[in-house]
Amino acid sequence: MTTDITVADLDHTYPGAATPTLRGVSLEVPVGTRTAVLGPSGSGKSTLLSIVAGLSTPTGGDVRLAGRSVLRQPPHRRDLGVVFQRPLLFPHLTVAENIAFGLRMRGTDRAAIRRRVAELLDAVSLPGYGERRSGELSGGQQQRVALARALAARPGVLLLDEPFSALDPQLRGEMRALLTELHRREGSTTLFVTHDRDEATDVADTVTVLLDGRVAQHAPPADLFRRPATLAVARFLGGAGNAIPGTASAGHFDCPLGRLRLDTDHRGAGLLLIRPAAIVVGDRQGDNVVPATITAVTDRGTHLDIQATSAGVTLHLTTGPATPLRPGDDTPLWLPPAHLSVVTP
Amino acid sequence: MTEAGLTKESRPVQEAPPVQEAGRPRRPLGAGLARPTVLILTGLWVAGPLLPLAVQAFTDQWFYPDLWPARWSLAGWEQALGPQSRLAEAVTTSVGIGAAVAALATALGAAAGRALAWHRLPGRRLIELVLLAPVLVPPFAVAMGAQIVYLRAGLADSLTGVVLAQLPAATAYATLLMSGVWAGVDPALERQARTLGAGTWRAFREVSLPQLRGGLVVAAMFAFLISWSDYLLTLLIGGGVVTTVPLLLFATAAGSGNQAATAAIALVAVAPPLLLTALAARQLAGRDTALLGVGR
Repeated sequence: MTTDITVADLDHTYPGAATPTLRGVSLEVPVGTRTAVLGPSGSGKSTLLSIVAGLSTPTGGDVRLAGRSVLRQPPHRRDLGVVFQRPLLFPHLTVAENIAFGLRMRGTDRAAIRRRVAELLDAVSLPGYGERRSGELSGGQQQRVALARALAARPGVLLLDEPFSALDPQLRGEMRALLTELHRREGSTTLFVTHDRDEATDVADTVTVLLDGRVAQHAPPADLFRRPATLAVARFLGGAGNAIPGTASAGHFDCPLGRLRLDTDHRGAGLLLIRPAAIVVGDRQGDNVVPATITAVTDRGTHLDIQATSAGVTLHLTTGPATPLRPGDDTPLWLPPAHLSVVTP
Repeated sequence: MTEAGLTKESRPVQEAPPVQEAGRPRRPLGAGLARPTVLILTGLWVAGPLLPLAVQAFTDQWFYPDLWPARWSLAGWEQALGPQSRLAEAVTTSVGIGAAVAALATALGAAAGRALAWHRLPGRRLIELVLLAPVLVPPFAVAMGAQIVYLRAGLADSLTGVVLAQLPAATAYATLLMSGVWAGVDPALERQARTLGAGTWRAFREVSLPQLRGGLVVAAMFAFLISWSDYLLTLLIGGGVVTTVPLLLFATAAGSGNQAATAAIALVAVAPPLLLTALAARQLAGRDTALLGVGR
């Protein structure tokens, strides 16, 4: 029932626009998995989704569902479910009629529709809401109905365009959990567009970072933070706090801190990146331990923001709120090799 | 007549909900009386001119200084409805032309209104101005020009010709009205429907059409009324072959001098607009949104 999504070398330019929205975007979502397309606003991610849905036409490239090009297929023949940022419930229909819409379009018989609607109302924890109008529901409830409606016909592909961005933060967490749960039950291959990195890493098993219409990185969430592919990705993910210039060679990086051991494919001049939270304070034997002097400590309540210098390089790190460190303290710092990455400056 | 129809129509729909919601005990006494007073005055304003007509139709002697007719009689009606009269035929013709104009103008207006409301058309303002042309340009000028065109096209002196001649004005009204109604419908809803398995046409039918219903009824009603009360275009394009109620009325008034018969025909001419207004009012009172787009 579910379908894999292949996006191949997609180009898109809006009529009259000087710069393209999408440039050579390729992306693969294997059957039954969840991929998030993460990017700032204007990165072209919504356009990408709209092309996969069939609501926009690309200027170049191809979209394949289950291996077949669907570019010539209108949206209603593509076997998808789409949830947009706004719930877009049909105002003249009840909640149950909204959920049943896709099934009715496919000519499903009434008894089957009734069963499926009841099942989905349960799944989105809205049992007994079937006869209400969309106007009587809260924003979160409306979006849950929209999710149920998109999944009702068991589409091979579920597309979501910033589905939780309009909800308040607490609700967003619940909706993410619900989405994960629904995906486990229904199994539709999911492509998810968002600008919220927590949302992307929470819900998806693979994240594609889209910057300026190009795929900047495609990786599991943890790798994204541990090994950003470019400085731009690191900046977008908030991980460019420590960027130390130096030279990379096989297994090593030479910089003012000394020769650090790490695993990188990069060769020659580069920037060493390590996230502040990945630096470990304390004495320790082995590689990548550098002596440092604490220059500033800011208590954030949940953690300490610490600045330290080592061989003239300023390092930013965070530690637990109870770490006994004061400005002027000398302490060794460990830069774990698994958390070091080198990018082009 | 149409103007009065519009205000009578849209007011109750727009104002009724707030009145019902307002807390009853806190309303000052004056406010409680204001609404019925306005309704009665408006009713008199609209119906006032019709009252003498209603009296006239049932008398054959009513001369100047008298406030009341000297004698009651059904002679006017006998003449208007009798075997000599062509009233039944005229009513049939009028209803037929009106229905055709209403159907065509509403369909065209709905399509054009959607384009105006949903798409960034170049020269949109200009198009809206052109749509107002039937209201702005003196009808006589249009009718004279149209007659020449229709004569050359071989459409003069025919029902089809009259329908086509009445269509532009009716369509312009319907388009303006429907563009307001379409502006209140979210285009994203049809897009959503298409992702759920509805084709373009089905998405329109299932999602937008139900939201347009109130607007379509009003547009059709207006188109019908424009057609029903048209005199000039029907006279010139119909060339005397196509006799509608206004033509018959004028001919009776000018030709026979029979005031009672004229009054009777006039009452028949007034009935459908009043009837339609009443029917549409019932239909629209239950709907909340679509109509409010009227006139934006």
